[in-house]
Amino acid sequence: MTWDLVANVLIAGLLTGMVYGLMALGLSVIFGVVRVVNFAHGEMMTIAMYAAVILFVGFRLDPFLAVLPVAAAFFVFGYWLQKGLINPFITRPEHSQFMLLVAVAIIMVNVLLMVFGPDARNLQVDYQLESFEIGRLLVDKARVYAAGVALLTAGALFGFFRFTLTGKAIRACADNHLGALVVGLNVKHLYALTFGIGSACVAVAGCMMVLLVDVTPNLGPAYTLLAFITVIVGGMGSMPGAIVGGILIGMSEALAGLLISPSAKSMFSFGLLILVLLLRPQGLLGKKP
Amino acid sequence: MSALLEVRNLSKAFRGLKAVNNVSFEVPAKGIVALIGPNGAGKTTCFNLIAGEFAADTGEVRLGGTLLSGMRSDQACKAGIGRTYQVVKPFPEMTVEENVVVGALNRAPTVAAARCAANEVLKLVHLDKKAHIRAAHLTLPERKRLEVARALATQPRILLLDEVMAGLRPTEVDEIVAVFRTVNQETGLAILFVEHVMRAVMALAQEVVVLHHGEMIARGAPDAVVRDPKVIESYLGAEAVDG
Amino acid sequence: MNRRALVSLLILGVALLLLPLFANSYLLSVATLILFFAFAGQAWNVMMGFCGQLSLGHSLYVGVGAYVAAGLFVHLGIGPWAGVWLAVALCVALGCTIGFLAFRFGISGVYFALLTIAFAEFTRIGFDHLQWTGGPGGLFLKVAQRDTIDIANFRGPPAMYYYAILALAAGALALCSWLLKSRAGFYWQAIRENEEAAQALGINTFRWKMLAVAISSAMTAVAGVFYAFYYNNLFPEQIFHISRSIEIILGPIIGGVGTLFGPILGAVVLTVLADGITELLAAVGVEVPGIKQVFYGIVLLMVIMFLPNGIWPTLARKLGLVHAEGGK
Repeated sequence: MTWDLVANVLIAGLLTGMVYGLMALGLSVIFGVVRVVNFAHGEMMTIAMYAAVILFVGFRLDPFLAVLPVAAAFFVFGYWLQKGLINPFITRPEHSQFMLLVAVAIIMVNVLLMVFGPDARNLQVDYQLESFEIGRLLVDKARVYAAGVALLTAGALFGFFRFTLTGKAIRACADNHLGALVVGLNVKHLYALTFGIGSACVAVAGCMMVLLVDVTPNLGPAYTLLAFITVIVGGMGSMPGAIVGGILIGMSEALAGLLISPSAKSMFSFGLLILVLLLRPQGLLGKKP
Repeated sequence: MSALLEVRNLSKAFRGLKAVNNVSFEVPAKGIVALIGPNGAGKTTCFNLIAGEFAADTGEVRLGGTLLSGMRSDQACKAGIGRTYQVVKPFPEMTVEENVVVGALNRAPTVAAARCAANEVLKLVHLDKKAHIRAAHLTLPERKRLEVARALATQPRILLLDEVMAGLRPTEVDEIVAVFRTVNQETGLAILFVEHVMRAVMALAQEVVVLHHGEMIARGAPDAVVRDPKVIESYLGAEAVDG
Repeated sequence: MNRRALVSLLILGVALLLLPLFANSYLLSVATLILFFAFAGQAWNVMMGFCGQLSLGHSLYVGVGAYVAAGLFVHLGIGPWAGVWLAVALCVALGCTIGFLAFRFGISGVYFALLTIAFAEFTRIGFDHLQWTGGPGGLFLKVAQRDTIDIANFRGPPAMYYYAILALAAGALALCSWLLKSRAGFYWQAIRENEEAAQALGINTFRWKMLAVAISSAMTAVAGVFYAFYYNNLFPEQIFHISRSIEIILGPIIGGVGTLFGPILGAVVLTVLADGITELLAAVGVEVPGIKQVFYGIVLLMVIMFLPNGIWPTLARKLGLVHAEGGK
């Protein structure tokens, strides 16, 4: 094993990690504001991946363009999922919310299975096998672009929450639910908006991910867990934390795959999760509760 | 009278803000002491320090000579501290009786014995007719009495009451004051209470400790304290003395 | 519970005892499955329903319990009656480790749930790499002879397994009913309802939460041992998977979290539902993979939306099995 190899693998992990980070960002935003843990997050990611495959196979639409319609559709879907289904559960106990979203996840996985069958799907863009050469490093082009889009989306989201009125209103909801009600914010609408935004994040992440891995219907639970781990490692409710967590997980997975075996890679992530929960339960960038 | 509860130089700061600053007072055996002061004066923090909810920065608390400082709240309870919360914390899905049984199990050897003890206490606070209702269905004054019942059921040596009379009508205040006086006289249970309702303070307390910005500014018999110019200025205002 | 409820329970008990005399093998296997989930659900209910600690990783204890007993049997010829003790001990140790770490570090709620998932997943991947138990290829017990009963090695006809799991489920019901009326039951419920207030009433919450975890993991370990000897094959991918944990906890949630009969009723409803849908789809002639689970998910969604406290509390009141007030 050479240092070149390690560096190559680490950079690939870093770039993939940014896509993970965007997926986790969706979960983090939803949890931070609505206080509901979206147990169907990975399943939504899988749906987005299939959507990108269909658009590519059916309409020759490049995933980087498919991002726009898929994200828009997911935004609408997330908005109504929150408004129609999840909203009545906001005040119910955690296990009740959990079961609701598990039921949604079961339906999603199996509808995918019914429609697409159990076989893996993927798409082949022209630049899939091309790569950038920087000195002795070889970096896949598709991976670089995917990471770029993930960062761009995350940046747009930071901007939205920091500078727009709606973004500020949503943050107010997250900080003080009762206070937001008192000053006359339409909390129900803002929650739905947040769920829509979180879903759109997943959609973008899904369209990018399909450039990097094949998709099967049963990927969902694994991605859900991955998103949880990322968010907890980075810090629940911290937006930069989600990206940092994603990068860490991406790199540790890559390293584990290289040093031990690819099948042990998620063991590394879970180990990291257990460590973080014990040593810094609020996450690396999270604030103390 | 010898002191049952001794609070010595107690201090606690939250992020640099001194919530309780070098406070010392005693509660004598069988005594009733009121802790008063404006909002944010550090009364509830004082309670939480005594009851082991969180640890003091400096100073110590002793109950009958035993050092309480450093104990968790369950250990403090075992040592003889019974407390209520300003914001009531009932067990909503359990019945009123079950709520009090949990408290009674602190000393009772069996569940049956605890149930007996619980029913005695419920009679005392006039909740016996509601024994088999879930606590979630109680009104706020009833929940406050439930808190008192639960704390009493642990058979404490001293009862810490945090604003149990807030929001009660004057007749209800008199009723509950009578309950505390009975318990105090019959069992010799000492009481330390935080209260804004001056009617109750004047009727119940043998001694009053006044906190302001975390510091003790006055201490003495109720009549004397309410005439203290410092107390009037910082807290009571002129009309409160007349009322 | 009133007299009507007692009589109903008695009739149900007799019916269950006599079931193998009338039932065909299919019905018996369904009944065994129901009782298995009723038992495992009861175990989970001790931790979540009674004490309020949400575990989403109970597959960990099923898996470790199953693998320990099966491994001892396959490799060393040690029967389940000895193996179950080691399985229980190991699962209790695991449960207490998770509990200790979580409770000491103040991890609760969603975070605690995720910690339990993490441990289960961690162990699943670990077993994938453990050669002693066959790794991902699985561990197999020799299939039992249907006509001879070998109690010592827990091998025999389906009816034997049925009676074993019936005894376990009934025992769990009795144990939980007793626990709920004991000091532990009062303390657990107090912790579930408001931990801070519970502690101020003199309850060492850490110790009692640990007890709930220990009992729950021990019971689930026994369920795992039964699983190994009934199904005869174990794969890490299946037994430790999060969907296994979800299967276990669906019953109590559908039936009614924190109630004694909720886990049992939930197991009946879910198993009958799943099998009913399979039968129905087979009758109609639809064979699309996944369609069964879609129906399953939709029904689940309906129950969660319209009966948030589970089926049992509502049903029990309708049937007059409990008194109207204080109805739990």
